[in-house]
Amino acid sequence: MPAATSLANAPLRVVDGFGMAVRAACRYVAPRDVTELADALGRALREGMAVAFRGSGRSYGDASLNAPGLVVDTTGLNRILSWDPVAGVADVEPGVTIADLWHRTLPDGYWPAVVPGTMAPTIAGCAAMNVHGKNNFKVGPTGDHVLEFDLLAPDGRTLRCSREENPEVFHAAIGGFGALGAFTRIRLRLKRVESGLLRVRPIRNRTLEEAFDVFEERLPASDYLVGWLDGVADGRSLGRGVIHQANYLAAGEDPEGPARTLRVERQDLPSTILGFPRSLVWHFMGPFMTDPGLRLLNTAKYLAACLPPKGHSYLQSHAAFAFLLDYVPNWRLAYGRAGFIQYQPFVPKEHARRVFREILELCQREGLPPYLVVMKRHRPDPFLLTHAVDGYSLAMDFPARQRERLWSLCHQMSDRVVAAGGKFYFAKDAVLRPLDVERAFGRERLDRFLALKRWLDPAGILRSDLMRRVLPAG
Amino acid sequence: MAVTWQHAIVVGASSGIGESIARKLAASGTSVALVARRQSELERVALASRGAGGKAEVFAHDVVDFDATPTLFDRIVATLGGLDLLVYASGVMPPIAESEWSFPKDRHTIEVNLLGAMAWCNPAGAHFEAQRGGTIVGVSSIAGERGRRGNPAYGTSKAALTAYLESLRNRLGRYGVRVVTVKPGFVDTAMTKGKPGLFWLVSADQAAERTLALARNGQGGFVPARWGLVALIIKLIPSFVFRRLNF
Repeated sequence: MPAATSLANAPLRVVDGFGMAVRAACRYVAPRDVTELADALGRALREGMAVAFRGSGRSYGDASLNAPGLVVDTTGLNRILSWDPVAGVADVEPGVTIADLWHRTLPDGYWPAVVPGTMAPTIAGCAAMNVHGKNNFKVGPTGDHVLEFDLLAPDGRTLRCSREENPEVFHAAIGGFGALGAFTRIRLRLKRVESGLLRVRPIRNRTLEEAFDVFEERLPASDYLVGWLDGVADGRSLGRGVIHQANYLAAGEDPEGPARTLRVERQDLPSTILGFPRSLVWHFMGPFMTDPGLRLLNTAKYLAACLPPKGHSYLQSHAAFAFLLDYVPNWRLAYGRAGFIQYQPFVPKEHARRVFREILELCQREGLPPYLVVMKRHRPDPFLLTHAVDGYSLAMDFPARQRERLWSLCHQMSDRVVAAGGKFYFAKDAVLRPLDVERAFGRERLDRFLALKRWLDPAGILRSDLMRRVLPAG
Repeated sequence: MAVTWQHAIVVGASSGIGESIARKLAASGTSVALVARRQSELERVALASRGAGGKAEVFAHDVVDFDATPTLFDRIVATLGGLDLLVYASGVMPPIAESEWSFPKDRHTIEVNLLGAMAWCNPAGAHFEAQRGGTIVGVSSIAGERGRRGNPAYGTSKAALTAYLESLRNRLGRYGVRVVTVKPGFVDTAMTKGKPGLFWLVSADQAAERTLALARNGQGGFVPARWGLVALIIKLIPSFVFRRLNF
């Protein structure tokens, strides 16, 4: 195929957010190396075409959409440039995924220090969104483990950024959702592990209050802590669920021996779920993606957690514990054509109990219960537009069938969250208004961010649908 | 279910069926972008449409200027404030004499009738897929039903357009997008003026009326319907007989 004469004539592609509730027809290019990436940015700058970056497309909302502009797919830049198994430090291109990374490093005894619930995202995506994991309270977000990176500005400048070199850009581009430039190389430090297994303890919580109590009690002794809450349970059962604590094994604690458990094959997710090949499971999930179906499923899940004796624990591989979202391929399709959104507020610990109760009760009053609720503990970090607070987050998946009512519900929730000093997470967002963002992050921080943007991208071509929605001034 | 449209692009709006479709759409309250090569003709159609209380904007564009199409498409969508209907009615049928063999004429025919449609349907298809709704109407022709001796490139362009639109219909149906193929017989337009052997001639207005009725119901069809019977018969004629026929 001949090269397009201009980016305006680049092939079009309809891309969606991971939740499928938002999508856009965009021009689409997929550079294979940094030179082609720089060329695409240079052409976009000359033609005045808006650019958004897209990795694995795992952001739930419109972070990687850009209609009718250009989407630059960075997954072709997927080389692990170097791996030092002594220091546990990797240099990677932006399109390397978490899966690519741990497949390479685990046999040497290293696991990515921060992973989200899926291994599909790219490292650049994780850095741009400053992704966190189930251990955020203990180790911070992705950015806390990035040592340095190269950032390519639209005009071709490449800035090497670290805590010492260009520190302001370092702390703004991490979590800067691609607004400042393209990561072309990221150096990150991984976590040394003595085993491929974790010790996992499920702890049932009968109420929301109990969930907070368990978190506070278990935090000091946990490496990972994550709570699943039953979003349809109401009344006295509001917020009931199961919390999972996981801990690394110390040297000598691995019953199978690290030589075996650190092998990639030992980390494989189960190939069947309840006897069905996991690739087919999403076809059978439809009936459970309704309010009554979900009530049944959640009750069964909660009751199943009541069966094991108190204090029961088991060993589970890192991948099996971390990547719950990868158990059922294509699970998002079970939400049907309307798709779903995830809404994840972060609330300081002093207010979290009250605000989460209000939010869950509000959802139920509105008849829009969240279909999946995940609770996590966080800690502050030094990044400019960080979503983390010294508090808790509640990630809630909502089917997007009643769109207007759902958006209105989210706006009501956002009002409560920002009033309590809370924040939001751009990787998950599809609903925030500019006012929510300004109140959550503060005008001063936004102004500093926009000043850096004017310096790195004076023509303002780095503009995704997300940026247009939440940062009109950008 | 019958639909109405808020914002439409009519390509080939300066004359013939395209002009009539554009005027009828504007008269029914649709904001219409009029696209064709001749600015003055478009102005005339826009003036008439506005005179009848409709909203029409003029965008002069040659459909064979393929590189300009994506940008123009974006500009029109931004100007109209959205899009839910694309009508591609541009078409040429240069006369080909009995012993004439002209690649330039063939190429131009394919470029206007087929490639122009593809150039517009690509951005419209992507826009409608993302939007999960919209209607594409392509004006094909009964001439695409068989390979007649009279005008090989014209018949080919319409046969290909029909197949292309069928593909789009199958590709976009799952997203709630309708793709409608209309196949006129003889229509009294500049294209057919002076041609011998015309029959069942309908006016461009009548053809537009039937086209829009079909499009509103999301159904393709012949214009007028009786040409469907002709199509059925000519498709059943064996090749060795068809090649002896004089049309």
